[in-house]
Parts: sequence; structure tokens; C-alpha cells
Amino acid sequence: MEKYNLVIVGGGPAGLAAAISAYDKGERNMIILEREPKLGGILNQCIHNGFGLHTFNEELTGPEYAQRYIDEVKKRNIKYLLNTTVINVSDKKEIKALSEDGLLNIEAKAIILSCGCRERPRGGINIAGARCAGIYSAGTAQKLVNIEGYMPGKEVVILGSGDIGLIMARRMIFEGAKVKAVVELMPYSSGLNRNIVQCLNDFNIPLMFSHTVVDIKGKKRVESVVIAEVDERLNPKMETCQEIKCDTLLLSVGLLPENELARGASVDLSRITRGAIVDDQLMTSIPGIFECGNVLHVHDLVDYVSEEAKEAGEKAYEYIYSSKDESYEKTLIKTENGVRYTVPELIIKNDDYNPLTLKLRVGNVYKKVKLEVSCDGDVIYSRMRPVVAPGEMEKIDLKSEQVEKLRKATEIKVYLRSQE
Amino acid sequence: MFDVLIIGSGIIGTTIARELSKYNANILVLEKENDVSCGTTKANSGIVHAGFDAVPGTLKAKFNVLGAKMFPELAKELEFPYKKNGAFVLSFTKEGLSNLEKLLERGKTNGVENLSIITGDEVRSIEPNVSTEVEYALYAKDSGIVSPYEMCIAFAENAVTNGVKFEFLKKVTNIIKNNDYLTVECEDGSKYDSKVVINCAGVYSDEINNYVSKEKYKITARKGEYCLLDKEFSYITKTTLFQLPTKMGKGILVAPSTHSNILVGPTALDIQDKDDTDTSYFGLKEAWDKALLTVPTLPKGGIITQFSGLRPHLDTDDYVIEFSKDVKGLYNCIGIESPGLASSPAIAIYVANEIKDYLNLSKKDNFISHRYAIKAIRNMNDAELIAAINENKDYGHVVCRCEVVSEAEIREAIRRNPGAKDLDGVKRRVRAGMGRCQMGFCTPKIMQILHEELNIPLEEITKKGDGSNLLEGRIKE
Amino acid sequence: MREFICINCPLGCQLKVDDSDLNNIKVTGNTCKRGERYGIDEVLNPKRMVTSSVVVLNGKENVVSVKTKEAIPKGLIFESLELLKNTKVEAPVNIGDIIIKNVLNTGVDFVATRNVERN
Repeated sequence: MEKYNLVIVGGGPAGLAAAISAYDKGERNMIILEREPKLGGILNQCIHNGFGLHTFNEELTGPEYAQRYIDEVKKRNIKYLLNTTVINVSDKKEIKALSEDGLLNIEAKAIILSCGCRERPRGGINIAGARCAGIYSAGTAQKLVNIEGYMPGKEVVILGSGDIGLIMARRMIFEGAKVKAVVELMPYSSGLNRNIVQCLNDFNIPLMFSHTVVDIKGKKRVESVVIAEVDERLNPKMETCQEIKCDTLLLSVGLLPENELARGASVDLSRITRGAIVDDQLMTSIPGIFECGNVLHVHDLVDYVSEEAKEAGEKAYEYIYSSKDESYEKTLIKTENGVRYTVPELIIKNDDYNPLTLKLRVGNVYKKVKLEVSCDGDVIYSRMRPVVAPGEMEKIDLKSEQVEKLRKATEIKVYLRSQE
Repeated sequence: MFDVLIIGSGIIGTTIARELSKYNANILVLEKENDVSCGTTKANSGIVHAGFDAVPGTLKAKFNVLGAKMFPELAKELEFPYKKNGAFVLSFTKEGLSNLEKLLERGKTNGVENLSIITGDEVRSIEPNVSTEVEYALYAKDSGIVSPYEMCIAFAENAVTNGVKFEFLKKVTNIIKNNDYLTVECEDGSKYDSKVVINCAGVYSDEINNYVSKEKYKITARKGEYCLLDKEFSYITKTTLFQLPTKMGKGILVAPSTHSNILVGPTALDIQDKDDTDTSYFGLKEAWDKALLTVPTLPKGGIITQFSGLRPHLDTDDYVIEFSKDVKGLYNCIGIESPGLASSPAIAIYVANEIKDYLNLSKKDNFISHRYAIKAIRNMNDAELIAAINENKDYGHVVCRCEVVSEAEIREAIRRNPGAKDLDGVKRRVRAGMGRCQMGFCTPKIMQILHEELNIPLEEITKKGDGSNLLEGRIKE
Repeated sequence: MREFICINCPLGCQLKVDDSDLNNIKVTGNTCKRGERYGIDEVLNPKRMVTSSVVVLNGKENVVSVKTKEAIPKGLIFESLELLKNTKVEAPVNIGDIIIKNVLNTGVDFVATRNVERN
């Protein structure tokens, strides 16, 4: 059994940033375990630009953004293993990993889970039809094109207007494919506006809101898809069916935290985010196990992932060197009136009044609303938002005096207040 | 000249092939797809029915009860996933009790053991997620579950070990009668002579017979649609949950699979196209809505995939397992629908016996009865993992993260005989891609391994055989 | 008056661009200087950064990702992609390596955005 103070599961943007910050705090006894043959995670296949404006104040592509962090990790000589898959994490903080070198059993004082998310597959949205070749999640297609250098198809329909779907629409066009339509179930896009402009509008790709795919046709390979408009309850109106010829259907219908390791460690999971329920130290219900990045909740921007992971690295460091018997009561943040979840979900009742950021997502598009936080009925934070949408994560930056109120409160609520 | 030619390599064809491989005979299996278990066998409920459902006196009843009892032993011998998990037939009304009693009596007549009727509360004490609407249930403790495609592959592999030849992509288009043998013609122009031809062609078994026999059959393809839930929801039930058939038709089951997924289905719809295994919006909805009667808390978000399969249904509602009356040497297995899977081992013994007598075959003295499953890292303890990786480093490379499948397992799936030739073949053998991401992450990796093992360009790698290519070529071309 | 969504950053500001006088274009709705520049460019000479990939010879990977170092005129996107089709680079490739110099006389280079080691 090997021993480390800190084990970081996943060497993508979250794991890299967490490792660097733990190192910079002073931790030297740690290791990153990465299942792929390269550090950098999914960023390696995100070759489009738009990363790093917050972090580096310049616009980078995914691999460039990743490389900056990889270089920092290497500069610090932080130990990492590639091609190493963690297959189990226990609630005693024992880790089991496999690689070509054999079985690795590790005992850790603290663990940061930073293993990202996966794409919701076709089955997850119950699309009926043929089970033929030519149906890919957008990320799989992205890997085939950008890493392997192969084209998954020539005539494409995309279901879902998440960012990867939008990015892939343009990418397929750039490689000579036709993108016939992007079909979105909701009346709004879950992707960023800028991507709708530069990936669809620039190339006159139709974006059809309130539509879904109701049938896929094709014996061996996709030959066409049937789409239909949906009603307010999102049920397809079958009289509106239309068939679109294509050989490929790409799905960009949501990302789900890869929470299997957390579940194996008996970590309490959120029913909304499907990631762990964490306190404001980013610690899960198992003391010493932390989460950050897309395994915790799906972010829109890698810059925010890096920011969150940096914090996780620091908190894990503090945990390792603190007297571990202190345990505080925690208050669960209640989300109401349009707010789906917050991260963190739990606020520790202690006297650390350093500024704190709450991240949250709303459940629908709302215009002219106030985003508010109340403690025992008193509004401690209120900010006007011209528009909030499910596709864009909101952040609430709380100052020391607000944090003090938060920590002392017995009831905390985060909600939207309509201004109409 | 072959002694025996078997048309079709579903569960009936492969169990018969393996049973006949115990004898000194020259045996060939012809399959129209590129792999075994590509038809009805791969897409059904995977239930080893106890045998209380079939009408006493029918072949269905006879072979079901005999066959089901053979599973525990066979699963050990051929190392395929099987579990005796028990089944409930649920009645949602008090009046249903009399129907349950009729089923119980029928079961007893058929020779099924360990049947009892219990109350709804007793059901829920075993399976707490069962609806509070359930009043009574028939409890069949001997009902089991099996992984049907893995079972079929196990039988096929063992048949090959014992000398049976398999040829794939051989769609039979005609059978010609000769004096004392039959000639089987395939779409690709190839011809095979054999003393005996066994028709195990599933939904096409009528057409195979009708090519040469004056006694015509008509198979109706009856489609059943299913939803499959993530293993995360395996807590929903460990026991197979049937609904008591009502005048509204046969109910929908909620059952665990041998790999801890939850299976919901099947619907029943007669269709024309025997290759049509598409799911439909309304079919999936029907399966789901009816399953909610059994388990009202079924989580729709837990569905990871849907599929459908076709039952080869005869109007007589029973199997035809006999020599053709007018074509010498033609042996028919027609209309083998549920409980066909449970019946298959018993059917195989019966058929093999008939063929042995007909051809006067002698027993082999070097029959190898045991087949070893591909070692799976997800079933290994620490010592086994260390030993496996030591012996072959590919065991340390996890390719499918959801089902924890190593590169070594995938390579072996391709190298076995009959081996996997495409993504679906790999998936059925070692479960890579069967999990919650449904091949999202491992598709490119498995394609690469298939490319290396089969020594064919990546563009020629398919999902399920010819025409189902995954790539359109390289970029920048 | 024309309306645009700024694509410079994920905020996606809704810009209103008064282009009644092309010598004095007024941009409102932006939250930063880059937004103003974008609004003006979008009227006079819309530009986009182009990201794609090129084939690598003798590398550990088949392809390497590339970008135009700066945005190029929107109308040249497909022509610039054609150039990439006919380009093959020898590994190793490092981030920042110039793949094609002065793309279509724009003064902007295609540069590599990933490291690819030699096989």
C-alpha cells in the first residue's frame, strides 16, 4: 500500500489546477492519476478558441490552455501517472488503480476527485428508431475528428444546442460536411450566444427551437431522422413531423458528472447536479474527499473550472494539515423560485469570514429578475439581472460581512425575485 | 458432404450444434449475419422461465420445464452469466387471485416446483419498490435470468472447440432435394451438400422450410420493445416482476439483467418486415407506462438505452420440432418464441437424439465439455488482478470505464472463434460499451483495437457488419 | 442601426451599432473595449479566428490542431481551410510553430496549438 497526503483523480483542467495550488500552498507528497495517455483531459480535443480569457486575459484554444497548466505541473515536478485508471475509491480514502504496471493500492489523507463528466447518450433521452451506425455524441465525434483525424459522416443533423454541439456544427462544416440543422428541444439554447453566432449564424445553419428527433431511420447506417415540434410539456406534436436526410446524428443533449467513484466511496450526491454535495470547502460528505470541476457540477467555462479547482487544492491542503477532529454544523442552502442548485450546497457554521463565491444555475430563461440571498429572512445580497438562462452559470460573490451573516444563519435561501 | 448443416446461429442453432458436437459428425453452421446471436437471441428478456405459463401438453411446456432445470449445470460448464432470482406474477386486483391459482395449477401440471401464492405485503417485504396496488402474486422461486447472447456465444465457442464449422454472411436462398441429401444454396452463390439440414432460422424459419417443403408455415414477427436502466438502479428489483396477463394482453415485465441493469418491456406488435428492429416512440412509451404500474417510482432518467427484438410466432402457438414430413433430411425448429431461451438446452438434446438415430452417429470419446469465459477484470480480486496484469499488461489498460473492461478482454473477444468482428460483437462478448455512456468514450479506442486485430483500415470498421461503417474517411481529403 | 451578439467572450453582449456614419460608428451595449472593436469590425470588415487541424507525418498523433493567430476576414475562412488541406507537417510539432505563414496575404499565420511528438 503506497501512501500519499493528496491523491488527485483526473489530470484534466480541474486536476491540474488543484495540484498546482496544493503544491503552491506547500504540499509535496501528492500524485495525479490520469486514465488517458496525456494530461489535459477533454481540452485536448477542444481545438476551438475561446478559452482562458478570464485566467490569462487572452484567447486560447483548448490544447493551449491545457498546456499552460501542464507546463506548470512539470515545472513543479508534481508526480503524475498516465494510462492509470482509478477503479475504486473507498470511504476510508483507499484508492485502487490499474495500469499496465499493475495494481496500485494507495492510502491518501485527502483525495480530490476531478474526473470530469460524460455526455448523455441517446438512450438517456429515449429517442426511438433504428439502432444503426452514425449516431454519435458530439464529444465522440469531436475526438474522432480532432484527435484521430477521421470524419464520422458527411451529412449531419445535430440534436441539442449545447456548446459542444454548436462547436461541432462548425467543425464538421470546416471539414467539408453539410450540417442540415441543429434541433433543440427547449425554446432556448443551452449553449453560449457567441457560439450560436460564430458556429451557426455565420454558416446559415438553421437552429430549430422546440423541436426534437422522434425517429431515426436506416438499416445499417443512418439514412434520415424525423423531427417534430414539441408542445409546452415537451411532448412531440406528431402532425408536425418532417424527415431530414442525413448520414449522421450528433447528440449534444447534456453532460453528467462521472460520479461513480464518489458513489463507490458512499459520498452523498446531489439529485440535481448529480455531483457530490459539498460544503464551502468543496469537501464532500466523506471528510477528506473533495470534488471540483465538472465532476462536481457542469461548468460553461474552463476558466471557472480552474478557479474552483485552485480552491479545492488549497482546501485539501488545509484539511491535511489541520487538526481533523474539528467538526462544525452545516447549514443547507435552500434554492427556490427558479434557482435549481447552488455549489456549495452546505455552509459551515464557523468564524471564517473570508469572501466566498456561490455558483448556481437557474431552471429557465428569466428576464429582469433579482438574484437574491437571504439569511433568516433578511436579504443579504441582491443583484439585478437583465436575463438569466440555464446555459449560463451565475456567480454570487459574497464579501466578508455577508459571509459572516451566512455562517451565522440557520436558514439560507437563494432565489430569483421577479421585477415585472 | 456434411452430415449436418444447421441454418441459423441463434440460441437454437448453437445449442444444437454444441450438442451434436458430442458425436462423430461433420457439422456446419450457416449464418446470414457476421456473428452468432444477431437475431431474436440478442434482444429478449433473458428470462429462464420456470414453466408455469405454457399450456400443459404443449412442446412449449415440455421443453421449458426440462430446459430450465439444465441451466445451473450448463452455466457452470460453459461459464455464462445465469442466476436463479425468482419471479413474481403480480395481480393488481383481489379477483386476480383465481387466475394466479390457475397459473399455479398449470405450473404443477407442467412439473414446476417451488410455486406458491403470496400476498401483496409479502411481495413488498421482498421487493419494496413493487406498487402498493399489488394484492397477490404467484411466486416462482426457480425462475432465472441469463445473458442470452453470452450464453449463445458460449455454446458456439464450445461447438467450435469440438469441431463444428461456422460460416458467416451466408444467407440461405434455396434448398434443393436430392436422393439422399440436400443442397443448400446461398445468396453469394456458394452451395453446400448435407445429409441433414436443421432449420433454426428464427423469424425466417418459415421461409427456409417453404423453399423445399410442400407443408407451408407462416411465421409472424412479433416485435417487443424494451428500455434498459443503468446499474445504479439495480436496487429497484432483484426478482423478475411479471404482470398477470389480463384481457388487455400480456403485461410488461420489470426484471434485473444478469449484469444488474433493470430491463423494462416488452411490448407486442405484429409487423411485416422481419428485419425491422427499430424502436418506436409509442412502443417505448407503452412499455414505460405499463411498467410504472409494477414499480411506480421507476426513474425515467435512469434509462441508458432502448432496443427491440422479434419473436417468431406461429398461429398454432406452439413449437414445431420435427423432421419434415415430405423432405427427407430436413429437420425443422420453427416458431421457437418465448420460452424458447429456457427451452433451448432441452430442445438441443431432443433434436440431437433424433439426428443421432437418423444418421446412426457414434459418441466422440474426446468431447471437451468445458468452455472458459473471457477473464473479466471487474470480477477479479487484488491477487487475480496482479497476476493477470503480470501475465498480460493489457489487463491493466481499462478501455471501457463504465463497465470496467480491459484491452486484454477486448483483444481476446476478437481473437476467439467465433470472434467479434465489429463494435457490437465486442460489446456482446465483453460488455465494452454496454454501460452508462453507451460507447461515448470507448468507441475510438475499440475501433483502434479492431483495426489492429483484424488488420483492416479504420474506415472499414463497422458497428454491426457490412454497411454499418463508422467513419466516412480521413479529414483533409 | 444594426444588432450583433459579441463573440469575444462568453458574456455574449448584445451590441447595438449605429452605422449611419461609417466614419463615426457608435457601439452601445458592450461591456469592454473589445466589444466596441468587434461592433465596428462587424460592420466594416467582419473577422473570425479559424481553428482546424492539419495532417502530421511521423507523429505520435495523426493530426495537429491549428489556429489563425488572429482573426482573419470572415470571407476568407473557406479559402484558408483549403490551404490546410494541402498542408502536411513533419513531427515533432510544438505549440506556436508556424504552419502556414501569412495566410492569403492577411499578414496572419496559421500556428500549431498542440504539441505532437515524433513517433
